[in-house]
Amino acid sequence: MITRKRLAAGVCGLLAAMTVMLAPTPASAGEPDAKSSPKVELTLDVSGSMRARDIDGQSRMAAAKQAFNEVLDAVPDDVQLGIRTLGANYRGEDRKVGCKDTRQLYPVGPLDRTEAKTAVATLTPTGWTPIGPALLGAADDLKGGDASRRIVLITDGEDTCAPLDPCQVARDIAAKGIHLTVDTLGLLPDAKTRNQLSCIAEATGGTYTSVEHTKQLRDRVHQLVDRAARPAATPVATQGAGQCAGAPQLKPGLYSDREKFAEHRWYRVDVRPGQELRASVSIAADRAVNNDYGVLLRASTVHGREIVRGAEAGDGRTDVISSGLRYPKPPSEAADDDGTPAAETVCLQVSNSFSAPASVKTDPGLPVELTVDLVDGPSDASDAAFLGLGHGWWLLITLALTGLVAGLLWGWISRWRVTVWRTN
Amino acid sequence: MRTVRTLMTAVLAGAALFGAAGTALADSPSPSASSSADGEPAAPTEAGTSFRTATAIRPDQPATADASTGDYLYWVLPVDAGQRATVKAEVSLPQAAARHGAATWQLDVYDGLRRRQSCTYGAQTRTAAAESGSVELSCTLRTVRAWAEPWANDPLPGNYYVRLTVVDLPKDDLGLPVHTEVKATTADTGGAHAVDGALAAPLVPGAATATPQEGESPAGQQSVAADGPDGGWSSGWWSDRWIWTAVGGLLAALAGIAGYQLTRGSGRPSRIPPGA
Repeated sequence: MITRKRLAAGVCGLLAAMTVMLAPTPASAGEPDAKSSPKVELTLDVSGSMRARDIDGQSRMAAAKQAFNEVLDAVPDDVQLGIRTLGANYRGEDRKVGCKDTRQLYPVGPLDRTEAKTAVATLTPTGWTPIGPALLGAADDLKGGDASRRIVLITDGEDTCAPLDPCQVARDIAAKGIHLTVDTLGLLPDAKTRNQLSCIAEATGGTYTSVEHTKQLRDRVHQLVDRAARPAATPVATQGAGQCAGAPQLKPGLYSDREKFAEHRWYRVDVRPGQELRASVSIAADRAVNNDYGVLLRASTVHGREIVRGAEAGDGRTDVISSGLRYPKPPSEAADDDGTPAAETVCLQVSNSFSAPASVKTDPGLPVELTVDLVDGPSDASDAAFLGLGHGWWLLITLALTGLVAGLLWGWISRWRVTVWRTN
Repeated sequence: MRTVRTLMTAVLAGAALFGAAGTALADSPSPSASSSADGEPAAPTEAGTSFRTATAIRPDQPATADASTGDYLYWVLPVDAGQRATVKAEVSLPQAAARHGAATWQLDVYDGLRRRQSCTYGAQTRTAAAESGSVELSCTLRTVRAWAEPWANDPLPGNYYVRLTVVDLPKDDLGLPVHTEVKATTADTGGAHAVDGALAAPLVPGAATATPQEGESPAGQQSVAADGPDGGWSSGWWSDRWIWTAVGGLLAALAGIAGYQLTRGSGRPSRIPPGA
């Protein structure tokens, strides 16, 4: 079975290799595949505070510009990159106007390095820090296609545009199911900025970095852009039901959903006799949750009998908590008459026991990632290990004794026969 | 299926009796064999940030990653039946001057179904004092079994995910740069730990979706992260059980001859008169 899989994998690999070899032709024609190439938007804070000269002796703005220039030089070809600024234009004191001051500096698309660099060079530290509106704007810029999206937010101060909480904005954006990650970088951040930025990162499954040197800024932005270029599976959004009866039917694949605190959701999978169902689930803690939590993944029949379950509990700081199960369905003997045996519908229940302090918003729910696999041929068991071969000193002693007894018996029998023959 | 298996087993056993040692030597996978033509594959210098994006590593291959304190770093490696994997990680912490207190780091290992696997020994969680420069973590898994009940949590052949992160730290230290190094080694435990039975396919996510059923289009492609151990999954039919069993058979034969000899006595029986 496995050998056959490996052969198939080999053929796939060969095909993939051929595709890769053929790929440069269309790519060099200057038209990267807009549908599947990952999109990144660098979002830079150009507020007045960026004037402070405290990063390696130069101003924060100069450090950011230098880092941008070097990063733009090294952007992988298949990444569509855009640049957005916040607080770059409005100099006045009117908070209402200042908080709308976010603008796309360079549109998301195939990168023209010179143009992008020229655009960055024009920036001068000016206004407010509207992080929330900037995130909304960036999410809008990255619309379209189904590839992964990434916002890299670089700022030196917290959002100055309450009541729109940027952390909540980030969570709402992530809940749209558009595979968007926000990575945040704080330039010499204070405690409030750090809390806000790490909250934004946590809400979208991104990372938070505190930056103190130009080189560090450059390396990190570079790393994040590269990370966007790495191929990763993108889940398909689905919505589980409150009970098995109306649950969505899942084929093998990767799915995403949202689940509220202490909620459970049902999904259905068809398993034919002779197939093995494998499912795993991860529930992410994308906000402040109470210290102890758990997840339960349960497979049951349509009548509610539990077949198998996977459960996990944990405590402390975590990104996700996950569990999995497998259910080998034995091959059916009755199948031979009508060709294809009837598939059994297995109900998958995903529940979580996260809880949160009352101050934490429970909407949208926690991100759920569900993988479903169906493998042909259920697992086989037998009580003899390794082809029934033996192992150990007892085996040797037993075999030797048996041999000895057999030899003695054989000897005595042949002597007895000789005696009988001699007597007659 | 079963008949084919049995036949295969019989043929294998037959072939093995004749050419066990020789083929075993020729077959034993050498870690560099597959890549010797174009040199060792470069060690990964990045880590993934989730199960989906985990960076594939191979046993005995050191992997490094630069990250920020608070990141969740993921690697994935293939572990086959009969192997006992040990994962070691070293985290070079930011300069003590920049930090505000002790930080606790943790190394977790998950199997291909994303079930957390216990460590049998090794310091999985360790607290680095405020002034220390690095912290070392280690986790040794149970021996991977070829088969287990679906209701059991036993480690099975397939992908193993390694997650490295800080679990407790002063809030001010979040986001500081760290350098991490991870290395996994696998040791063969030999026939003593063999169990029979086999999985239809190793626990690799997307093992099925890589070859979609006719008429079914897989929803959301999953990348098969770790592309199996050198020499393929569970391809080895060599085990030290062959030696035990063969030696046992030999001993039995020798003991049989010895027993037969005992009944003959030494030389001519005394009760037979000379010249009879």
